[in-house]
Amino acid sequence: MLLRTENLTRTLETEAMPVTLVKQASVEIKEGEYVAIKGPSGSGKSSLLYLLGLLDRPTAGKIFYRDQDISNFSNNKLAKLRLEEMGFVFQFHFLLPEFTSLENVMIPMRKLARLSDKEIKAVATERLVELGLEDHINKLPSQLSGGQRQRVAIARALANNPKLILADEPTGNLDTQSSENVQEILQNLVKTHGCSVVVVTHDPEFAKRCDRTITIVDGAIIKE
Amino acid sequence: MPLLFFIALKHLLARKRQSIVSLMGIILGVAFFLAISSIMQGSEADFIKRLVDNSPHITVSDEYRSPRVQPAEKLFEEGAIDIASVKPLTETRGIRGYQKILSYLGNQDDLVASPVLTGSAIISFAGEEEGVTLNGMIPEEIHTVSTIQDYMKEGSVDRLMSNPDGVLMGQSLARRLSVSLNDTISVAAQGGRVRTFKIVGIYQTGRGGYDRRQIFVTLKRAQSLLGRTNRINAILVKMTDPNTALTRSKEIEQIIKYKSESWQEQSEDLMNTLAIRNMIMYSVVSAVLLVAAFGIYNVISTVVMEKHRDIAILKSMGFPSGDIRSIFLTQGVLLGIAGNIIGIPMGCAFILGLQQIKFRPPGSSEPISMPVSWDWEQFAIAIAFAMFASILASFLPARKASHVQPVDILRGGL
Repeated sequence: MLLRTENLTRTLETEAMPVTLVKQASVEIKEGEYVAIKGPSGSGKSSLLYLLGLLDRPTAGKIFYRDQDISNFSNNKLAKLRLEEMGFVFQFHFLLPEFTSLENVMIPMRKLARLSDKEIKAVATERLVELGLEDHINKLPSQLSGGQRQRVAIARALANNPKLILADEPTGNLDTQSSENVQEILQNLVKTHGCSVVVVTHDPEFAKRCDRTITIVDGAIIKE
Repeated sequence: MPLLFFIALKHLLARKRQSIVSLMGIILGVAFFLAISSIMQGSEADFIKRLVDNSPHITVSDEYRSPRVQPAEKLFEEGAIDIASVKPLTETRGIRGYQKILSYLGNQDDLVASPVLTGSAIISFAGEEEGVTLNGMIPEEIHTVSTIQDYMKEGSVDRLMSNPDGVLMGQSLARRLSVSLNDTISVAAQGGRVRTFKIVGIYQTGRGGYDRRQIFVTLKRAQSLLGRTNRINAILVKMTDPNTALTRSKEIEQIIKYKSESWQEQSEDLMNTLAIRNMIMYSVVSAVLLVAAFGIYNVISTVVMEKHRDIAILKSMGFPSGDIRSIFLTQGVLLGIAGNIIGIPMGCAFILGLQQIKFRPPGSSEPISMPVSWDWEQFAIAIAFAMFASILASFLPARKASHVQPVDILRGGL
């Protein structure tokens, strides 16, 4: 088992009253699995994804990564785990605007520093070529189309060969053609890179491409 | 290039105009700091140099700082003794056993000493009379304890060696008496003794009182004129390092018992004034850099606010909070370094410019240059202060950046 949660709850303290974003969610993600999280707007899909991606801490419940309880890991240890094992793709591409496509992909690799600078450049270029961006390697995000930016974001998520890719509505801001293209790329990742992919989506067609769908309503998983 | 440095540099370069404005603050701050500090330090050094060079570093006089210990007090050290109506012996004033003291001082490596006998005298010339202070010195040693030879306008100190009846006087006094080089004057001392002296040198130190009142003759002639054969009433000491005068004067006084006053002690009020002036100067120039620091704070705060989304992305990638803090601190350090790299040469240019200014103060016969200092300490202070201000200014925004919660930003979809 790659990732497992037990009764994960996330409550947000607001001035008026506490709001529960995720209620007692128990999820299992196996290696090489393609999982969709779907549900209506505001149902807690993204909140659950952030908890799975260790970007947020649960109010209650436990998270296990490769059967190790990581609920009480320090922020630095969680950051290291994200760097080594996870990749993120967001609805808005979220590329760093001052850096070229290549530099955006190289940043997490340089942070991990497993490879030499020369090797990092070669691997990053390979990732971009793989996603059909060979002509856009040295372009800034502002010089790319929405679909191209999202592909650069996917290349960046793949930079350190993660075991788990978490995508938060990656096609939510794209036209039909680009959306189709991104869906296909994500589906292929499972096959080509052997990683698990968890994707949050509104789109039932997108969800159908996945091995499994988790449906969430009002923060609670109602169907798996 | 290290990754965090690379990211910091990109952030700064992406906002060229804002970065240049804040950089200009640091550059001008450093340059003005240097220029003002240089002129203040320069004038202080010039003032102290004049003070130190033109007067002995330590003056041993024929006085005691505290009254002599009475024999009864020596005998009953622990006793409660009250000795009333103590009247000192009437004796010829002067330093007793001065040869022994001179021999002791002569064995010290860090100083040179020379005996002096001073006393009041009256100069008569062509019906004019002028009260003066007569300084009897050993001509061969004058240059070791005094700078009078540097101020000679006519004649020389050396002529005192070849002419024991020679006298050196200030230009103001010479003008007042309408005398010139090689003229002969009569000098009378208390007790009615009168001697004639030939003017062998005329000096001008620029200090009116000194030039009008002080005359120099050989020690032997002074002793004979003042009727104090084989006596001196002061020993002038010059130190290798004038700054040690304060401690060394205390040590010397403890050994020879006569009052030994350092130049610092003699000019205590002036030194206090200089210290206050320095405090004011550093407060003013520090304020310039403080304003520049606000510029940096402003720029980096803006960058942090604009970069909330990027910070969230970096954190989601696996950059820990410490890295985020380092990125923004590096920006402050970079601005500080760049500010110093450009500000220091600009400051040097300002100092060079100030050095070129020549002016003639009221009463001065020759134009003087602005006294400036090139001491490394002020450069070190400017660099350190600019770096400190830059780091401090970037610390708060950097800390704020490190506390950004990625989820808050990602959830907002900024």
